[in-house]
Amino acid sequence: MAEHEHPSELQYIKVGIVLAIITIAEVAVFYVPPLAPLLTWLLIPMMVLKFALVALWFMHLRFDNKLFRRLFMTGIFFALGVYTVVIVTLVTKTSNF
Amino acid sequence: MAIAAQVMKRGALRRPTATRGLMSWFTTVDHKRIGILYGTTAFMFFLLGGIEALVIRVQLARPNGEFVSADLYNQLFTTHGVTMIFLVVMPFGAAFFNYFIPLMIGARDVAFPRLNAFSYWIFLFGGLFIYSSWFLGGAPDSGWFNYAPLSTDPRFATELFTDTGRVAAQHRVDFYLLGLQILGIASMMSAANFIVTILNMRAPGMTLLRLPVFIWMTLVVSFLLLFAMPVIAVALFQGMFDSLFGANFFNVAGGGDPLLWQHMFWIFGHPEVYILILPAMGIVSEVLPVFSRKPLFGYAAIVFSGIAIGFMGWGVWAHHMFAAGLGPVANAAFGISTMFIAVPTGVKIFNWLATLWQGSIRFATPLLFSIGFVSMFIIGGLSGVTHAIVVHDYQQTDTYYIVAHFHYVLFGGAIFGLFSGVYYWYPKIYGRLMNEGMGKLHFWLMFIGFNLAFGPFHILGLQGMPRRTYQFYPGYGFDFWNMVSTVGAFTIAVSTAVFMVNFARSKKNGKKAGADPWDARTLEWTMPSPPPDYNFLEIPRVHHRDDFWHRKYSEDQKGRPVPVPVGGAETPTEAEGKTAHELGIHMPDPSYWPLVAAIGLPLMAYGVMYKMWWLLGAGAVILVMGLYGWVLEPASEEEH
Amino acid sequence: MATEAHAVGQAHEEHHTSTGLSNIKMAMWAFLGSECLFFGALISTYLIYSRPSRILPGTPMPSDIYDIPYTSVSSFVLLMSSVTMVLALAAAQRGEIPKMRLWLLATATLGMTFIGGQIYEFTTFAHEGLKLSTSTFGTSFFVLTGFHGAHVTVGILMLLSLVGLSHVGRLEQKDAYKVEMIGLYWHFVDIVWVVIFTVVYLMT
Repeated sequence: MAEHEHPSELQYIKVGIVLAIITIAEVAVFYVPPLAPLLTWLLIPMMVLKFALVALWFMHLRFDNKLFRRLFMTGIFFALGVYTVVIVTLVTKTSNF
Repeated sequence: MAIAAQVMKRGALRRPTATRGLMSWFTTVDHKRIGILYGTTAFMFFLLGGIEALVIRVQLARPNGEFVSADLYNQLFTTHGVTMIFLVVMPFGAAFFNYFIPLMIGARDVAFPRLNAFSYWIFLFGGLFIYSSWFLGGAPDSGWFNYAPLSTDPRFATELFTDTGRVAAQHRVDFYLLGLQILGIASMMSAANFIVTILNMRAPGMTLLRLPVFIWMTLVVSFLLLFAMPVIAVALFQGMFDSLFGANFFNVAGGGDPLLWQHMFWIFGHPEVYILILPAMGIVSEVLPVFSRKPLFGYAAIVFSGIAIGFMGWGVWAHHMFAAGLGPVANAAFGISTMFIAVPTGVKIFNWLATLWQGSIRFATPLLFSIGFVSMFIIGGLSGVTHAIVVHDYQQTDTYYIVAHFHYVLFGGAIFGLFSGVYYWYPKIYGRLMNEGMGKLHFWLMFIGFNLAFGPFHILGLQGMPRRTYQFYPGYGFDFWNMVSTVGAFTIAVSTAVFMVNFARSKKNGKKAGADPWDARTLEWTMPSPPPDYNFLEIPRVHHRDDFWHRKYSEDQKGRPVPVPVGGAETPTEAEGKTAHELGIHMPDPSYWPLVAAIGLPLMAYGVMYKMWWLLGAGAVILVMGLYGWVLEPASEEEH
Repeated sequence: MATEAHAVGQAHEEHHTSTGLSNIKMAMWAFLGSECLFFGALISTYLIYSRPSRILPGTPMPSDIYDIPYTSVSSFVLLMSSVTMVLALAAAQRGEIPKMRLWLLATATLGMTFIGGQIYEFTTFAHEGLKLSTSTFGTSFFVLTGFHGAHVTVGILMLLSLVGLSHVGRLEQKDAYKVEMIGLYWHFVDIVWVVIFTVVYLMT
C-alpha cells in the first residue's frame, strides 16, 4: 500500500528546504520592528509547522501506525495541559487564600 | 556439552549459562525470577520501613517521648515514607507485574527481558543508595515530599553539634534527590517494557477487552509512570542544582519560587497515588471473582473507570496545595476535579460489591484480604473526599487526619491488596499452598492492628495534633489515642511475623497446590506450579474473557456453571523436567550486562553529590561499557 | 505490502507481535512521549523564571545577552542534521552501507558543530556575567539548554557507535531499524530545539 512506503530522498530534501525557508522567515520576522506586537502570533505557527514537518516526514508519523502518533500526542497533550496550569498559577499568583 | 560449545566469549565477560544456584540470580533475565527478586527486595524494605514506624510509635506512645531525638525523628519519618512508597508498594506491584503479565496474557517473557533485569538492579541500587545515607551523615530529613526551600537550600540543612563545633549535615537531602532519580529511571524503563509487553505480546485471541483486569490496571499504571516520572525527574534535578550548585530554582532571594517545587512534585505525586493503588485494585478484581465463583461484575465499567482514573489523575494535583495560596479560582477548580475523581473509584467499589453479591463465596485468606482492601479503601477514599472541600482542607492540612487518610488508602488499600495477591498467587509461584489457619490469623491481626494504629489518627487530627511532631504535650487529649495507635502498630508487627513464619514453612511443608488450586479463571493457572522456564509449552489460543474458566465450565439454562468433562489445567507430562532448550523453545539467555551497567548509576550519583568528578566519570564509563556489552551480545546465543 | 517496510527494518525475532508493530519502535515512541513532559517542565520553568519581574536588578536580561544571528546559525545547523539523518536511514534501508556511514558522519559532525557552538555561547554568557547562580534567568536557561545539549551529546555518541558497528560488519540492511531508532531520538532532540529556539530566543 502506497501510504506505507517511505518517501524518496528527493522528498526529504524538499522538506529540508521548506524547513530552511521557515527558519529564515522566523529570523526575518524577528528583525522587522513593525511586526513586534504580532511577534508571538507569527512565531508560534511557524514553530508548530516546523515541529510537525519533522515529526510527520522525518519521524515517519505520517506513514506509520496511528498508535505511535497517539503515544507521542499523549505526551504532548499532558505536557501542554499540566504546564499551562503551572505557568498560569505561578505567573498570576496572589496570596489571598 | 552442546550448550557449552555454543557459548562464545563476548568482550570481557563469558556468557553466563547457569539457571540454578546463587550466581544465576545475578544474571537472570527470566521475568518470573525477576519478579521474585522484586518481591523479596520489596519485603526487606517493608521490614525496614516497618521498624522505622515502630520506633516512631514508641516515641509517640507517651507525651514528651524521649526515645529518639528530634533530629533522628525527622530522619525516621522521612525514610519511613520514602521507603514505603518508593521501595515497598511500587516494587511490590512491579513484582506481580513481572511475574504475571506474561503468564496472564499468554507470553513466554516480557518484550525486553534484559531491560527488565536492568530495571530491577537499578531499583535495588537506588534503594541501597538511599539507605547508605544512614552511614554517611544521616538520612533525608525533610519529609517524603521534600518541600523546598527547606530541603534544597544548604543554609537550612540540619546543624549537628559535635566536638569541633556546629557542623551542617550537608548531604542528607541529596540522598533523596539523587536516590529517587535512580529509582525513577528504573520505573520509567519497566513502564515502557510493560506497555510494549501488554500491547504486543498477547497470545492469539487475547484482545484488549479479554485482558484480565489486573493487566488493564498494570497498563494504566505503566502509562502513569511513563508520563509522571519525567516530571519528578526535572523537579529532582532542579532541587539538585539548587542544593549542590547554587542555582535559584527555589531560592526566593534569587527570584525563585518554592511553589514551583510543590507543583512539580504533585504533578508527579498525584498520578503516583494511583500508581500505588491501581495494582492492588487489579489484584482484587482477580481475587473476588475466583472466590465468589462468578465473573467480575461490570468488567467494562471497571476497565474504563480505571482508564478514567488514569486521565483524571492528571487534573487534581493542586488539592495537595490548597493551603499554599494558589488563589480561589485554582482552589475551587481543583476542589471540583477532586470530587469528580471519586466517581470512577466509586464505580469500581460498587462493581466489586456486586461481584460478591449472590456468589458462592469461599472465605479463603486471599478473599479476606481483598474484602479488607475494599472496606478500608472506602474509609480512606471517603476521608479523601473531605479534603476536596477547600475550607475543610485548611483545617486538616498537616494534621494527623491527613496521616490517617493516606494510611487507609496506602496500607488499608495497597498493602492489603498486595497481601491478597501474595496469598492468591503463592501456590502458583512455589507450588504449595500457604497455611490457611495462619493466613487467617495474619489477616485478623493485621486488620485489627491496622485499625487500632491508624483509626485514632482521624480523631487526633481533628483534635489538632500536627503531623511530624516528635513530641506532644500532656493535657491536650492526645495521650490515650496515641497509646492505642502504638499498641496497634505492634499488633501489625506481630501479624507480619506470623506471615513470615507461614511463608517460610509453607514453602517446605505446605499442601501441594497442583496447577489450579483455587478453581481460577485466568491463563496462569493452566500451567504447572511453579511454572516452567518457558511458561507455555504451546502458546494458548484465547476464545473468551476468563478463557480458562470457559475451558472448564459451560453454563446451564439458569446461568449456573457446569463442569466440562475434559476441561481443566493441562499438565503435559511428556514435557515435565525438560528445559526450554531440549523442547526447542527459544528463550533469552542470562546476561551479566544489566547488572554491570546498573552499578554505574549509584557511582555517578555519589560522584555528583561529593563533587568527585573522577567517580562520576568512572560510573559513566561503567554504565556505557555495560550498555555496549549488552548491545553487542545477542538476546539469545542459540540464534547465532 | 504493509509489513514489508517493517519486516526489512526489524530483527527477525519481532515478526509476530499482537499489533504487528515492532517492540522496540513502540518502546521508543513511548519514551519520546515521556520526554515531552521532561522538556515541557524545563521549558515552563524557563518561561516562568525569565520574566523581567523575576530577574534580579543589575543582572543580565535575556534581551541583553542573546546573540540571535549566532543562535540562528547553530539552530539551522541542527535542523539540517535532521535532513542528513533521514538520508542516512534511507540509505540504510536500501542496504547502501557506505553511503549510510557518510550521512551518519555528516549528522554527527553537524551535531558536534551545534554542541561546539553551545559551549562557546555558554562561555560568552559567563564572561558577560550570566552564570547558573546569577539569577532565575541564568538558572533556568543553563539547565534547560544544558539538558538539551546533554541529549544531543548522547545522540552523537550513538551515531558514532552506529558508524563503528558498520565498520565491523554488524550494521547491515536488516539492522536498518537500529538507524531508525536512533534517528527518531535525533529528530526528537531536534524538534525540542525548534521549540527552544522560538520560545526561548526569539520570543524574548
